[in-house]
Amino acid sequence: MQPIFHHPDGLYCPQAGAFIDPLVPVKRALLTHAHADHLRPGSDAYWCAAPAEALVRRRAGPDATIHPVPYGKAIPIGRLTVSWHPAGHMLGSAQIRVEHRDAVWVVSGDYKRAADPTCAPFETVPCDVFVSEATFGLPIFRWPDPEAVVDEIIAWWRAGAAEGRPSALFAYAYGKSQRILGHLARRALPGPIWLHGAVQGGVDAYRAAGVALADTAGLVVDAEPADLKRALVLAPVSAGGSPWMKRLKRAQTGFASGWMRIRGNRRRKGYDRGFLLSDHADWPALLRTIEESGARRIRFWPGHGEALGDLLRERGRDAGPLERWPGRDPLTPSPPDRPSEVA
Amino acid sequence: MKRFARLYARLDATRSTRAKVAAMADWFAKAPPADAAWAVYLLAGRRLKRTVAPSAYARWAAASVGVPEWLLSTSHATVGDTAETVALMIDTARPTPTDADGVADRPLAAWITEHLRPLAKADDEQKRAALSGWWAALPADQLFLLGKVLTGALRVGVSRKLVVRALARCAEARDAPVDEAVILHRLTGDWSPSAAFFESLLAPPEDGTRPPSQPYPYFLATPVDDAGPEGLGPRAEWQAEWKWDGIRGQLIRRGGEAWLWSRGEELVTPRFPAVVEAAAGLPDGTVLDGELLAWRDGAPLPFAELQRRLNRKRVGKTLLAEVPVAFMAYDVMERGGEDIRARPLEERRAALDAIVESLGHPRLMASPILDGDTWQALAEARESARDRRVEGLMLKRRGSPYRAGRPRGDWWKWKLDPLTVDAVLIYAQPGSGRRATLLTDYTFGVWRGDTLVPFAKAYSGLSDAEITELDRWLRSHTREKFGPVRAVDPEQVFEIAFEGIRRSTRHKSGVAVRFPRMVRWRRDKPAAEADTLAAVEALIEG
Repeated sequence: MQPIFHHPDGLYCPQAGAFIDPLVPVKRALLTHAHADHLRPGSDAYWCAAPAEALVRRRAGPDATIHPVPYGKAIPIGRLTVSWHPAGHMLGSAQIRVEHRDAVWVVSGDYKRAADPTCAPFETVPCDVFVSEATFGLPIFRWPDPEAVVDEIIAWWRAGAAEGRPSALFAYAYGKSQRILGHLARRALPGPIWLHGAVQGGVDAYRAAGVALADTAGLVVDAEPADLKRALVLAPVSAGGSPWMKRLKRAQTGFASGWMRIRGNRRRKGYDRGFLLSDHADWPALLRTIEESGARRIRFWPGHGEALGDLLRERGRDAGPLERWPGRDPLTPSPPDRPSEVA
Repeated sequence: MKRFARLYARLDATRSTRAKVAAMADWFAKAPPADAAWAVYLLAGRRLKRTVAPSAYARWAAASVGVPEWLLSTSHATVGDTAETVALMIDTARPTPTDADGVADRPLAAWITEHLRPLAKADDEQKRAALSGWWAALPADQLFLLGKVLTGALRVGVSRKLVVRALARCAEARDAPVDEAVILHRLTGDWSPSAAFFESLLAPPEDGTRPPSQPYPYFLATPVDDAGPEGLGPRAEWQAEWKWDGIRGQLIRRGGEAWLWSRGEELVTPRFPAVVEAAAGLPDGTVLDGELLAWRDGAPLPFAELQRRLNRKRVGKTLLAEVPVAFMAYDVMERGGEDIRARPLEERRAALDAIVESLGHPRLMASPILDGDTWQALAEARESARDRRVEGLMLKRRGSPYRAGRPRGDWWKWKLDPLTVDAVLIYAQPGSGRRATLLTDYTFGVWRGDTLVPFAKAYSGLSDAEITELDRWLRSHTREKFGPVRAVDPEQVFEIAFEGIRRSTRHKSGVAVRFPRMVRWRRDKPAAEADTLAAVEALIEG
């Protein structure tokens, strides 16, 4: 039996009695990274790549049982041998490699191939079966050089500062915001950087992990209006349109995301500017990574990669959605089939 | 094209009208006048004669980068725009353009006149060859503009009004100010972009002869709000007329010739021979503003009848006889060759009555002025509008000049309340352009027995927050997908408003409605209590 299945609440590994990135509390949770759509609190125990530990603890809670595993170190979990390998998505993000009998499976988690000064770069892990994300799995997504995008952000910020207007840049609070600060470190900047409260936690965790980030002046709620006139303000998307925005008088707004590749998204979201900065693989990177994995079978993370799978199949590859777990629901509390017992 | 792409990027990167006007004025001032003329042409929403059908353009592009057609359409469904899909697809397949011939440096005017326009006459092979060369040479932003210009109109969220304002700003910067209304007039009607034309746009007002066919910009009315017209002051200050349900038109008689323009500034002269025949009796130097109506036995025919004639380039004898048309004039812009738009309404109206009376032609009438000396009396007259096949009332301030555009204050339209039906949302599909990632195009059904019959499609009327919420609901309540169309659980009820309804053999429900839109999300109403087809049919007049 294959070692990884699609299950509505995560990827199910029957031989380990574990879930990869479960969306509900389970006995054993193997994490690719610490984003909220991959990590929910309440599981009995978590395994993650070592650099992700602090971020995982923030979300899973101070009392959670967390087993950090150094990149590349193989450990047994149930009847599987499991290791974590850099995915380049954010600090501590990983591909999970699972060895079962003679077969090697790799679950990519979210990944990117573009430069990111705040995390270890993606490593190719040879495998038999590659389960890939494909958030941007259409032949219209290609990212420009991130340094050029950072140039654009700085130029936009400089123009705002010259008019005495704050520049509010919206981005995911964990990962993307810190990546932007990482790119801005060692650059000449037009003014101070202030943060929304939701961004601070991630900044602290990255700094604690020794990642070099641009200096930040503090939280916007503690700033005087005059402090913000030349400032770049980093905030999560949810802050846009909230009462918090009232502190940023006359602000120009921008949004950093791969979705900004599409003009309709730039316009509909109502930001002044869209900056094309993504932590996911673009189309060329997906094709390249699938090729380099050497996998005989390509599977896609549930809900991803329908078009890419069809295209690969047209080209004669064994590709498609990850198989659904055919057995009894391992989450139904009816012993003796609970995952804990299987292991 | 490179320079024009920079202007486009500036316009696209801001939501402030002030910044847009400044960007255009700046560009017009620095660009060679021929390029500026073409930029005005494109930004004001005019389009070139279509060189390539959007579907062929996309297919050829996909083939050139080895993307199969089904993947092209999947991509298109995410992007929502053909030119943009192609630009992104080529930019993804071919990161760095190779532009040995300096294609990107060609000025806008040269691009259009020397390369794009001649392509219209080429055969498909030649078109494909030319396009392949450009696709290889241009970066993504210019690829997008190229596609837009070739396959349709360029829309950047600048209205003609803003273009006019930017031009006025240019004239001011040259210390030779020209009124915005004058520039708007110069941009009306038939003109072709050239350096000389651009200079004539900015020429001093007294200067410059205009072509005899040139219409004036229309005065457009503002809707009266829900509170009614009492806020407009005493009834005696207002002239009331029916709001005719036809096509706005401008009838020009100059130099022994006649021209008929539609509201969209399209010359429709050959389609309405009876009106042109009537115009032949008008004194030279006359311009009338009015409404084209399908008209028989002293009353208008339904709008749908008029539409039958509008849809044809040439109108055959049978149709001419079946749908006779008249011009209902309501204003005079030019009399005896003199522009009289600044004269007060009463004076223009007296001139109109004199012109129409001395003409004495049954196909050219003056829109009657309504009596009823209180707002209450007018409100009662408005109640009869649907029976008279008019859209409601027009209120025009006595003493007011004929203005250009839609300035508030002097002309109001007091439309009939729409018809409404409570219907159930049964199908949804993504919109286009900025709504491509959301399900925003909905089909609504009404009950016939225990099935829901599709009866209207609607796209507008919800707030952005409602659209987002509904989108989420629809995605998790999809029963079946047919390409981009989703059949959804028939649970959500909406109040649909529309202007008119008629029988139709082309619709499953047997009825067709005009301008349907959503006015309310009836969260309070279960689907079972939505209206029935019988109730909808009962709204059909006659």
